[in-house]
Amino acid sequence: MSARYFGAAVARVEDPRLLAGRGRYVDDAVLPGMLHAAFVRASMAHGRIRNIDASDAKGMPGVVAIYTMADFAGIAQGAMPPMAPHPLLPTPITYHPLAVEEVCHVGEAIAIVLADDRATAEDAAAAVLLDIEELPAVADAVLAWKAGAPRVHSKRPSNIAASLKAGFSDCDAVFAKADHVLTERFDIHRGGCHSMECRGVVASVDPHSGVLTLSTSSQSPYMVRRHLATYLGRDESEIRVMTPDVGGGFGPKANVYPEEFAVALAAIKTGRPVKWIEDRQEHFVATTQQRGQVWTLDVAFDNDGRMRAIRGHCIHDNGAYAPYGLILPATALASFPGPYALEALDLTIDVVLTNLVPTSPVRGACRPNAAFLLERLADRIARHLGIDRQQVRRRSFVRADQMPYSTGMKARDGSPISYDSGDYIAALDLVLDKIGAAGFEARRAAAADRGKLLGLGIASCVEDTGLGPFEGASVRVTPAGKVVVSTGASSQGQGHRTAFAQIAADALGVELNDVMVETADTSRFPLGMSTIASRIAVTAGSSVELAAQKVRAKAIAFASHKLEVGEQDLELEGGAVRVKGVPGMNVSLSEIARTLAGNVGISLPGGMEPDLAATAYFNSTALTFAYGANACEVEIDPETGDVRVVRYVVVHDCGKLINPLIVDGQIRGGVVHGIGNALFERMIYDEAGQPLTTTYADYFLPLASEMPPIEIHHVETPSPRNPIGVKGAGEGGTIPAAACVISAVENALGSNAPFIHLHPISPQQVVKWLERTASAAKA
Amino acid sequence: MKAPPFQYHRPHTREELGALLASLDNAKILAGGQSLMPMLNLRVLAPDHLIDINRVPELAGIRETVDGIEIGAMTRQADILASPIIQARLPLLARALEHVGHIQTRSRGTIGGSCCHLDPSAEQPAICAALDAEFVATGPNGRRVIPAADWFQGLLQSALEDQEFLEALRFKPWAKGHGYGFAEYARRHGDFAISGAAALLEVDGRGQITRTALLVFGVEPAPRRLYDAEAALVGQIIREIALAPIIDAARALDPMEDVHVTADYRRHLAGILIGRALREACSSLERSQ
Repeated sequence: MSARYFGAAVARVEDPRLLAGRGRYVDDAVLPGMLHAAFVRASMAHGRIRNIDASDAKGMPGVVAIYTMADFAGIAQGAMPPMAPHPLLPTPITYHPLAVEEVCHVGEAIAIVLADDRATAEDAAAAVLLDIEELPAVADAVLAWKAGAPRVHSKRPSNIAASLKAGFSDCDAVFAKADHVLTERFDIHRGGCHSMECRGVVASVDPHSGVLTLSTSSQSPYMVRRHLATYLGRDESEIRVMTPDVGGGFGPKANVYPEEFAVALAAIKTGRPVKWIEDRQEHFVATTQQRGQVWTLDVAFDNDGRMRAIRGHCIHDNGAYAPYGLILPATALASFPGPYALEALDLTIDVVLTNLVPTSPVRGACRPNAAFLLERLADRIARHLGIDRQQVRRRSFVRADQMPYSTGMKARDGSPISYDSGDYIAALDLVLDKIGAAGFEARRAAAADRGKLLGLGIASCVEDTGLGPFEGASVRVTPAGKVVVSTGASSQGQGHRTAFAQIAADALGVELNDVMVETADTSRFPLGMSTIASRIAVTAGSSVELAAQKVRAKAIAFASHKLEVGEQDLELEGGAVRVKGVPGMNVSLSEIARTLAGNVGISLPGGMEPDLAATAYFNSTALTFAYGANACEVEIDPETGDVRVVRYVVVHDCGKLINPLIVDGQIRGGVVHGIGNALFERMIYDEAGQPLTTTYADYFLPLASEMPPIEIHHVETPSPRNPIGVKGAGEGGTIPAAACVISAVENALGSNAPFIHLHPISPQQVVKWLERTASAAKA
Repeated sequence: MKAPPFQYHRPHTREELGALLASLDNAKILAGGQSLMPMLNLRVLAPDHLIDINRVPELAGIRETVDGIEIGAMTRQADILASPIIQARLPLLARALEHVGHIQTRSRGTIGGSCCHLDPSAEQPAICAALDAEFVATGPNGRRVIPAADWFQGLLQSALEDQEFLEALRFKPWAKGHGYGFAEYARRHGDFAISGAAALLEVDGRGQITRTALLVFGVEPAPRRLYDAEAALVGQIIREIALAPIIDAARALDPMEDVHVTADYRRHLAGILIGRALREACSSLERSQ
């Protein structure tokens, strides 16, 4: 068998439907008797609910019901189960489906309004009278962290939800011996996350089976099922969760949300289907956000630029609830030491509650933060020593001859973290070559002639991918000879159908369009986890391969029996098992599948098991580490402070590429995400926790018009840790991008400009920095 | 994000429109909808009546008249931008329209809608102020012509009375070959500008400036002509313009602040941008001569 599809830039099979507007999203669902929901939400960041008066609103024409949590007393009560329990968080901090007693951030859902249409529901929601006693709120994690700060939850004695530690070796000893020590403070902004499709859910109770059925725009349908079952005290078989086409996830949709529960409860209570579609206003106040952190770090290094040890402390802005436990801050710690071969590390993160929307993993989770910190420190060391930035990297990176390399860190299960493969210095060399670093000073001079400041940025990263334990897959050949791949991994537009079909088509010798891929319907496949952490290609992709190989083996065994030919002389091609070199001697997959589907009274040949099908769960026991080196050029208008990224080059190694087209799309989108973090996206709250940037006029998502050409070069170092040699690619574009852009900005501003310790930066800051630099030069 | 309830009306003639305005309370006119629809969906506005004037054909169109050019209030921005008449005779307007939104929004958005909404950062009313446009308004007492200087009554506040509608804008083009320049700064293309500036110039045969208009917008609640600086500029030789006092004039305004931008930065930008607009006007003049 040759790999005809695996590795080929096959056009995505999803696209003809999606691009022609034939996608079917949650909002396309129309069920008989369906009600439309709108939520009454908190308008203040912290308050005690004294009374909810919906009497007028209930009387409005078209309004069917308005429920608070108390109305669901006969069905279920209490706070939602935690998605990721953590020993350091003994009392989970989860939402109630609808707020009880207290609201802790603007946007928290208080009541659900059900009406004949959404506009009516919104009219009624506005007419619900809330009597809420305002309590002191704290909107800034550093303030919330300090003793004596207002309490985010009145019943929790401290705003510090947990303190996490990570590290290895004796940090103080390494610091004592190092040639230099520097201390820097970093401020990484929280930001939002904006998939094109907002969240949404339709819930109904099947009148025949009584099964509660949800169609939801989620990355984690099986988690929704599991936690809803726990909450409702039902068996998982009594709940079906589907994800139809989903217009982007990027992390926030991995959470199980109060609205999903509230809509399900409302459907149970009314006995009618209920639809809720999150609008963009709600998205700004009710969907989890990114990764605000304030770090103080010491770095120890030698005269030649070698980075030896890092120690420090972080204040992590958790927001008001921790539906996802401590996953995000834990990921921040787990992302160290990146590509750097440190001798010691000692980090503490205080997870701090604030009266803001919760933060949870968003593309990269906190890996972009770690990359920003490490790359900023490397640049800082170079400035301090007056050496080239790349020298710090060359002298500090893990070398190829050290692979597999144990970093000193431990995985979640306590096993040592070990980088499997890669050549970080070669990747840096390649990206410097591709961007033409050697000719950069000439380009800088030419830009200066035009009155512009040109800067070159570099940033590298290592990304843990393929988080276990599994996503499974089944592969089945139908009597018509078509191949059906089924998996629990939900798709949000990543091209799973194409990639899985490529793997299965190669294994079974069929055409791509002979493969149908079913994803994310809990009634179709028994188990699933989440489409997160760049894990699906590794986990589900490997399972598709393993299952397809089992099917292949079975087809060959069948054909060997039927044709009386040794298995070694058989191959799969053109939808049939063929005898090598003997045209015409073959058995079609269709015939095998039809035979194995059984005929009454006729025994199966060779005592074979029924069905030409197999299921596999690839057990991903060790992470596999993708890596990348990025370089970019920015051009600054010193008069306006405008920063424009003019070139961006990515060198990326995510092991073997299933489909370069898809990987390119992932990386390109990821880079844009990171540029947004570096230069544009700012989620602003006032001191009372009121969000001030809740439309796209105020919240600057990056637009195509501001994006540079993004050039991508792949290096393929196969992962030894899974059968298809792949590593994840979903986040590698984002992780180093903000660090790379900021590195370039600092480089453009010149060696006398201030060290940049934050992002996003703004044009007015750039103007200030230039003024300060100019006046310092005069003095 | 669904609009609050309202009653929808769709007149087909100016007369029907006038009658609706005269008879309805708390009515809002729907033109291209590029500002009004989001405001309705955000429930910032809750009119009882919405009068959709997209089917009143006589309100749209670009006409050359004996006095100059008349642009119907319902003329789409895309049509103005594509008009050879505008490109030839009101090049500053065409130049500024490139910065208005995107192709999609310009295909819906109208010049009249923008001039009635009066966002402080909007380019079209700013250019009207630079060109001393006249606003033709029709109401129960007939038609009246409002000079640009009177049109701007404050933040989002035009001189239009309750029962009036804007029918057209009249422009007197500057001399053939006049200089024009436009500069604005927005974080992303098509965004409302943080600040912007426009400049117009006429010179005599010796390169002496005989007439000019200098304007900054997005700085104060309404576009601001720099009349003193204009007066000082007249008589100067185009190659020897004293730029510093003009920049100072732009920076002497009282800028707005918002969540992203300080007054200081707006002030700083106003100076940079008026300089750029003026330099562009000078070079366009040189190109045309």
